[in-house]
This record gives sequence, C-alpha cells and structure tokens, in this order.
Amino acid sequence: MSDTFQLIVEERDTYAILRTEGYVNNLGGEKIGEAADALIEKGIKRLILNFEKSNVVNSIGISILIEVIEKIVDVDGRICFCFLTKTIAKTFNIMGLTQYAEIYDTEDEAMAAL
Amino acid sequence: MSFGAYTSPVYNVSMHKQANNGMSDHTMREGDKSPAAIKEIELTIPVMPDMEITATHTATSVAEYMKFDPDRIDEVKMALIEAIINAFEHSQSRDGKVRIKFLIGEDNLTVIIQDHGKGFDIQQIEKPEIASKLHASYKRGWGLMLIEKLMDTVYIESNEHGTTLVMSKNRN
Repeated sequence: MSDTFQLIVEERDTYAILRTEGYVNNLGGEKIGEAADALIEKGIKRLILNFEKSNVVNSIGISILIEVIEKIVDVDGRICFCFLTKTIAKTFNIMGLTQYAEIYDTEDEAMAAL
Repeated sequence: MSFGAYTSPVYNVSMHKQANNGMSDHTMREGDKSPAAIKEIELTIPVMPDMEITATHTATSVAEYMKFDPDRIDEVKMALIEAIINAFEHSQSRDGKVRIKFLIGEDNLTVIIQDHGKGFDIQQIEKPEIASKLHASYKRGWGLMLIEKLMDTVYIESNEHGTTLVMSKNRN
C-alpha cells in the first residue's frame, strides 16, 4: 500500500506546488520532505502542498511535515496547504501546524495568497 | 481483580492500572443477554506496514451502518490509525498481532484496540507542542493527543502484559 503514494512537483518562478496522492504515512512524508529539501536547496522558499488526492494521513507523516515547516521557517519562506479534508485540517490544527502554515480550500486561493 | 483508577494529569483520559496478571476481558461474559453484547465486530491484524488502513475500512463500514456523518467517520478513522500505529510501534507485541473490536452502541461507536505487548506508563508521556518540536530531533509523539482530541471518550489500561485502549465516538 505504501508504494502507491505519488508526489508531483510543479515548479513555478517563485514557488512550487507539491501535489500528493495516496496515504501520507512515514514513506509519503519522506517523499514530501525530500522534494521540499531539493526545492529549498534551489532557492524556492514558497511551497503549496495540495492534498486533493490524499484523504488519509498519520501523525508520523505529519511529523515529517513539521520538519518541512522548520526548514521553510529557517529560510524565511512560506508554506501552505490546500484541499485538506475537514479531519486532516482539524488534525493539523490540533498539532499546531496552522501556527506556521496557512490552509486554503483550493490551489488557486493558495497561489493568490503566496 | 483490583484496579486503581486515576486520571492522567497530562492527558484527559482515564486509565486503570491493573493490579494483577492478565488482561481484562472486554467481551461480554456468558449469561449476559444484553443486546449490546451481540453487536460487536472483531478484527485481528498483523503488525505489518499500513495494516492500520485495513482496519479503517472496517471502521468505515461499521460507522456508515450506524449512520455516522462522513466527518465523524473520518475522525474515528484517524484516531484508529493512531491507536494502531502506537500498538505497532511501541508495544513490541509478543504475538505480532493487534486486536480490534468495534462495539455498536445505541448512540455511539466504541473501538477497542488491544495488544499483548510490554505496556507503558501514561504518566511518562508528555503532551507534545509544536513549538518545542521545531528544531528538536524527535518530532513524533502525537498519537495519544490526537486520539484524545478526535474521540469523545478515551480509556487506557496498560501493564506488562499489554495495552487496551477503549475509545468511543458519539453519533452526533
């Protein structure tokens, strides 16, 4: 089941969109983390994480997102999420991710905000 | 069988520490003809990657049968994922299995997650905060907090013979 997680990264001029598909568990989280590291390395410091095709996460995967947030904060960047299910948004809120990342309904709204 | 009951100062859960050997029996005993005793679904899953997702399929089926709304079903699933992952990762389950029971109540769904692992002391578990997790080497430890926040009641029993987590969610 873990190997069905997919991540598509679309780089734009000043930001990037990471579109997930599948269960964001430890392996999914690691793929997101690696992609984010590569983008930050290139100087892309504004990230949109699109969860439209991911409706299941676990706290291990989210813990890796905390690492991503940490790195974005360190480079004075911004990170936001879109298309979160209500429960995932609630989970992010419980864990405090919303103190450091914004949540938008759609990718367009996230892009407009960035 | 004697129990000491106390509330964790860290988590808003009740935990009974079992004073003697063996696990408490959450199945209804012979002679109990309560209709609630019949409405249970049991599942045993192996400690294998992503098996928690298999359990969520059953949770979804049961909660839909009980006419839970989709958001509340999602919350049950999320809490169940966290409970199972905790059992997988921390119990060192002696038999390589985690047992799950779904109890259909009149207005709520109760889920029992049980392992025969080494147990843990809830008093030793710190409630995580993101500010202290940033730049910390260990960023995990969120499972119990999520279960507590997503479910309506949580009860944990743990000793050297294993852990039983009982959590329930009201239909409304």
